[in-house]
Amino acid sequence: MDILKCKLLVIGAGPGGYVCAIRAGQLGIDTIIVEKENPGGTCLNVGCIPSKALIHAAEEYSKVQDADNSETMIGLSVKGASLNYAKTVSWKDNIVNRLTGGVSGLLKKARVRSISGHAKFRDGKSVEVETAHGPQIIEAEHIVIATGSKPTELPYLPFGGNICSSTDLLSLTEVPKKLIVVGGGYIGLELGTAFRKLGAKVTVVEAASSLLPHYDDALTRPVLARLQQLGVEVLVDTKAKKLGGADQSLIVSTGDGNERELEADKILVAIGRSPCTDALELDRLAINMQGPFIQIDDRCQTSMRDIYAIGDVTGEPMLAHRAMAQGEMVAELLAGEKRDWDKQCIPAICFTDPEVVSVGLSPKEAKAQGFDIKEGMFPFQANGRAMTTEREDGFVRLVARADNHLVLGIQAVGENVSELAAAFGLAIEMAARLEDIAGTIHAHPSRSEALQEASLKALGYALHI
Amino acid sequence: MGTYTIKMPDVGEGVAEAELVELNVPIGEMVREDDIFAAVMTDKATVEIPTPVSGKVIWFAGEIGDTVPVGAPLVRLEVEGEGNEGETSADGQTQVVSSALQPVAAEEPLSVTNAQAAPQPVYEVKTSPKVVAQNPKALMRAEGEKPLAAPALRKRVKDAGMDLRQIAGSGPAGRITHEDLDAHFAGGGTAAPSLASAQNHDVTDIKIVGMRRKIAERMVEAKTRIPHISIVEEIDVTSLEDLRMKLNDERGEKSKLTVLPFLMGAMVTALKEQPQLNANYDDNANIVHQFGAAHIGIATQTPKGLMVPVVRHCEALSIWQMAQELSRVTQAARDGNAKREELSGSTISITSLGKLGAIATTPIINKPELAIVGVNRMAVRPMWNGTEFVPRKMMNISCSFDHRIIDGWDAAIFVQRLKTLLETPAMIFVEG
Repeated sequence: MDILKCKLLVIGAGPGGYVCAIRAGQLGIDTIIVEKENPGGTCLNVGCIPSKALIHAAEEYSKVQDADNSETMIGLSVKGASLNYAKTVSWKDNIVNRLTGGVSGLLKKARVRSISGHAKFRDGKSVEVETAHGPQIIEAEHIVIATGSKPTELPYLPFGGNICSSTDLLSLTEVPKKLIVVGGGYIGLELGTAFRKLGAKVTVVEAASSLLPHYDDALTRPVLARLQQLGVEVLVDTKAKKLGGADQSLIVSTGDGNERELEADKILVAIGRSPCTDALELDRLAINMQGPFIQIDDRCQTSMRDIYAIGDVTGEPMLAHRAMAQGEMVAELLAGEKRDWDKQCIPAICFTDPEVVSVGLSPKEAKAQGFDIKEGMFPFQANGRAMTTEREDGFVRLVARADNHLVLGIQAVGENVSELAAAFGLAIEMAARLEDIAGTIHAHPSRSEALQEASLKALGYALHI
Repeated sequence: MGTYTIKMPDVGEGVAEAELVELNVPIGEMVREDDIFAAVMTDKATVEIPTPVSGKVIWFAGEIGDTVPVGAPLVRLEVEGEGNEGETSADGQTQVVSSALQPVAAEEPLSVTNAQAAPQPVYEVKTSPKVVAQNPKALMRAEGEKPLAAPALRKRVKDAGMDLRQIAGSGPAGRITHEDLDAHFAGGGTAAPSLASAQNHDVTDIKIVGMRRKIAERMVEAKTRIPHISIVEEIDVTSLEDLRMKLNDERGEKSKLTVLPFLMGAMVTALKEQPQLNANYDDNANIVHQFGAAHIGIATQTPKGLMVPVVRHCEALSIWQMAQELSRVTQAARDGNAKREELSGSTISITSLGKLGAIATTPIINKPELAIVGVNRMAVRPMWNGTEFVPRKMMNISCSFDHRIIDGWDAAIFVQRLKTLLETPAMIFVEG
């Protein structure tokens, strides 16, 4: 087979890789992208999108179920609510197919050549791809590694059988009766909450002393309260040990040193994600690693000339939008533009119930960096829009420098606050001061008013509290 | 009615005084707030001076062309209500003349009142690309403080190949505004300015014809067909220079000797010992024509381009005759009236760039010859004589040979021979 040649080769068509390839194509760079599965990566196929579809379906079902049990606060009652889960799954799969198909179309439109198969490095300038038609060698001037990450396995609870990764859980065709979630991070809590609403009995097992360890207590408190309300059992300071009898239970050791056996139809292990580097045969190259991740500089360059790495394979935060921004930057660099990573913040959202958003520095982080800070917090209890959607839990919190009122961070917890992430991110990228946010008219009635009120609060004159 | 004094602003860059170059409003006329009433010039820039208040001009510090110290009164206005001076307009006139003559220090009490009463005059730089203009309100950040700027501005800075950290910010919390960046660009910033980064997409097509095409063809022929070997050697020309000066002194009004005739003499002597270098190689016929005559080609820059006029039969010429003939043929080439035989038939060549001669060059052989001697720049350098450094006049020669015919060994012997002859110039004149 002929050797294929190109200026840019992108390995992996996840959010980082496909954005990099599309942008490169737009800039006139001769580009090939290699993907062993469907385009779209974890995000579109087995991550962000399918999980959000299930979370939405679960929430809808949960609402009518509440109305089935008794008349709700707004006077709604329903009789005989039921969920055809098979249809839910096919609806979710349909969304995934639409999106992955869309990515293929966008790549084609940008004149990017797509090769399907598994890529391995031969040397710093070429890879071999195992395609359906046999091995294909591709030589490139520049190579971008965008191979992403996969769920981390526990050695004593390997995936398979009743032990599920997040990917496995999303592809179940029926809702398990009893689900144990090992790991109280955002993936475990998002899926645990959704399956609880879908009808499973859910127990969350977390080895640390708190859930969502990256967030402070104020932010996680409304989430814990809701978990309790939903009837999710939460065991902190508890370690998963091994499978119990007939693979239908999990043995855990609790904080006081006792062992406990928890019954389970399915066990979700969601303790984190590991970079996909093994199968690339990176050891043929002299690429420096940083722990399990590929080490990069502020232009996403690896230690090897003309080899770049973007996305989850380069470490935390493992977020699709970070990978996309990196991919775009690398494509522009290769087109001869002057770029480096100068983003001021990468928003992070947990689609728990309620949702949690964090952009920039938390109060604790800001203090740790030596800033003298002002905080402004505004609860949704005092927000008209929150009352009219029956969800008054949560708040918006602002962190600013005390000396010049520069906004350093914005966090929120509450229903639908994910949509506020845009305003939070924009404020920080534009280097807004408290006065800028306070002086911007925020539409009434909306949850976004809480942002303006939080900045007024930090300035000392909140109007509605 | 009060009197309002506007002082010569600090126009920056440690300038102590500025010359009045424009007075736009005659005495007795009204000015409105923000009107430009004058322009002053330092050796760096012309700066326009606006007035922060409205009023009637009652006094100027001088005429156009006068120099006014920074901080001294520049103009006095009669304004509604209280001015920034206690005096009435009537007294103002007298008070003014004396104060203008006083040293700047004497104005201290006044300047305090002024600072409190009047807003800082805003002035803009009108001309001069040299001034590092920054938005006057812009402040540099404290050490280690992150520069604040919106993404669009950061992109502008990157595209211009600049560093955000070098740009002062005048916005809220020290944010860098687009105006700050404009001012930085206009001032030609300390980092790579926009001018240097501006891309020029002009393409000028120049047809290569005539003499230039001929030169191009010959160069390609020589450089691609002949495997060149080049040798660079340094030569102590102190004795040669002493000799040359003495000879020139005795010549009086007649044309002076340059180094070249001596080099030609040395080449004639050296070629007698190595006649195989004084030849033309017909590489199509595989024949080397070795000559008894030394016809030395002299690479000459002419208005039309490079030409190689020839000093013929150097073996039969004295130093003075060579100098004379050298001057004649090169002048003829430059004037464009050299005859055909004066431009052909050389057996070996010299290339000299005179004062532009650099440290070393890689001369290209004048095909079909076998060797070319390049002369580099002469310079006084400290040389170690065994016990101490002494100043010596040193000059390098860079010689290329056709390696198909001339081995490195023979080439090196020739260069060493030239070195010996030029360092002991008497040997050039003594028949072996």
